[in-house]
Amino acid sequence: MEDEIASMCAIIGASLTGHKVMTATSGPGFSLKQEALGYAVMAEIPCVVVNVQRGGPSTGNPTHVAQGDVMQARWGTHGDHAIVTLTASNHQDVFAMTVEAFNIAETYRTPVILLFDEVVGHMREKLVIPEPGEIPLVERLRTSVPGGVDYHPYLPREDGRLPMSDFGGVHRYNVTGLFHDMWGFPSDNPGVVHGLMRHLVDKIENNAGQLARYKEFELQDADTVLVSYGSAARSALHVVRNRRARGEKIGLLELQTLWPFPAAVVREKCARARSVVVVEMNTGQVMREVKAAVNNPENVFLANRIDGTLITPTDIRNILRLIQGRGV
Amino acid sequence: MAVKDFIRERFFPHIWCPGCGHGIVLNSLLRAVESLGMSKNEIVMVSGIGCSSRISGYLDFHTLHTIHGRALAFATGVKLSRPELNLIVPMGDGDALAIGGNHFIHAARRNIDLTAIVMNNRIYGMTGGQFSPLSGCGVMATTAPFATVDAGFDVVELARAAGATFVARSTAYHVQQLTKLLRDAILHEGFSVVEVLTQCPTYFGRRNKMGGAVEMLKWFKENTTPVGSKAKAENPALIERGIFVQKEMPEYCKAYDQVIERAQKGKK
Repeated sequence: MEDEIASMCAIIGASLTGHKVMTATSGPGFSLKQEALGYAVMAEIPCVVVNVQRGGPSTGNPTHVAQGDVMQARWGTHGDHAIVTLTASNHQDVFAMTVEAFNIAETYRTPVILLFDEVVGHMREKLVIPEPGEIPLVERLRTSVPGGVDYHPYLPREDGRLPMSDFGGVHRYNVTGLFHDMWGFPSDNPGVVHGLMRHLVDKIENNAGQLARYKEFELQDADTVLVSYGSAARSALHVVRNRRARGEKIGLLELQTLWPFPAAVVREKCARARSVVVVEMNTGQVMREVKAAVNNPENVFLANRIDGTLITPTDIRNILRLIQGRGV
Repeated sequence: MAVKDFIRERFFPHIWCPGCGHGIVLNSLLRAVESLGMSKNEIVMVSGIGCSSRISGYLDFHTLHTIHGRALAFATGVKLSRPELNLIVPMGDGDALAIGGNHFIHAARRNIDLTAIVMNNRIYGMTGGQFSPLSGCGVMATTAPFATVDAGFDVVELARAAGATFVARSTAYHVQQLTKLLRDAILHEGFSVVEVLTQCPTYFGRRNKMGGAVEMLKWFKENTTPVGSKAKAENPALIERGIFVQKEMPEYCKAYDQVIERAQKGKK
């Protein structure tokens, strides 16, 4: 396609014909996709959008690492809405999360953002491709309403799901980015608008528990918990392994779902910690979510790096020494 | 099939003002589709934002009412994934050639088999009468109370230069010709563009003292002439109507299928 906007639009069109679709970009291209991303939220079109984060704002720091788009993934398109965002710290997990993203997109009829970063995007490492069938695949839920009988494309079933019908099939219906009724026809009726807004938000937020993907390392007795994601989690894991070897009670919670924010998981995993250190490459976008989630927000600290280079184990150790009152 | 069988009566009344030309285009379009005997299931109509873009919702096809300027990009995704479907993309002048100008020239360049209809009323009607890239110089608009100073696009020349393989123009007055041109455009294999001069009495007509809908339709009658006519030679100010470009070039989806075939050679 001619630009990032066009590719976002094209995959939405292709998804409506019944195909699984994705588009990929980095930084400014992600900004360009935001309006059409909102369309996919509103019209409930399954699709996957990859943003390999680089330094920003603007043209920023191309081909250098950053994690500054966490909040853009959440709120980049205008208007109140819910969204699903997954991330990964290594290629095996990139593979798994990409499959997950398609499964979630089809299950919830939503765009899913894969928020990777430059380090994970550019590095090379081993990847074992599973045999077909090893990872469960979710196929699109299609309507069983036969041709000639009224099909309501936007009337949720009792379980909240909306069976689809492929463009080109027997059911002809309207898809719009306007608030719409069960026929897919535009409506500004306050009851319709309220109902659709609640549906769009609730179908994601009420399933935050089921959407939470994470990994944990050495959390069983940890009094220091590192919370991290993406390539920053690699450095965090390095610190945990080194310090465990020296007998320190330290562990890592690696988030793979960023949105809806897995607040319950974070609260539970950090409940016994004396200090929680969020390791990320921005000015604290996930740290603020962690502070909001835990019981003792005053014990949450930030270990970050915002200069376009990967945060190192030394950077994290320096913060730990400060917290522990040992100086830098 | 009667023309009314193509309409979703449930979604009426429509939003168009009395005297608006869009309903005439809709009528012509349905007569063209009817004459082709196509199944409604084979037609996907993709539109953007604006008065003209609401046309999709009123019709009993697969209809995709998208975001401002991007209808051709959405349509490209539908067409590439299901090339056997017929894609009709009605757009307004601002939708197609201001915000959507980039997608317009690139769709033309690719020669993808879409039918683009530019319903040109030379104004943004839905949002209150702002001037568009097709208003042309010296036009009064809400955002140009002392008249516009920028030149307009010539849709036909733009489409031709960008590589469209079927380019035609008609008006809301010349409905018989319009129906025939829309029919030819839908049948054409490749990117086809039909510009339709249509009246917006509410904003363009009123601001430019052109009278009501009837006077504006008369203006189309008196200020247009068939392509290559003697009248045009005598009066270059006349706007030509008819087919300007009609040629065979490789169609994008077919060319793309060949790429897939080459790439998969020996792998299956």
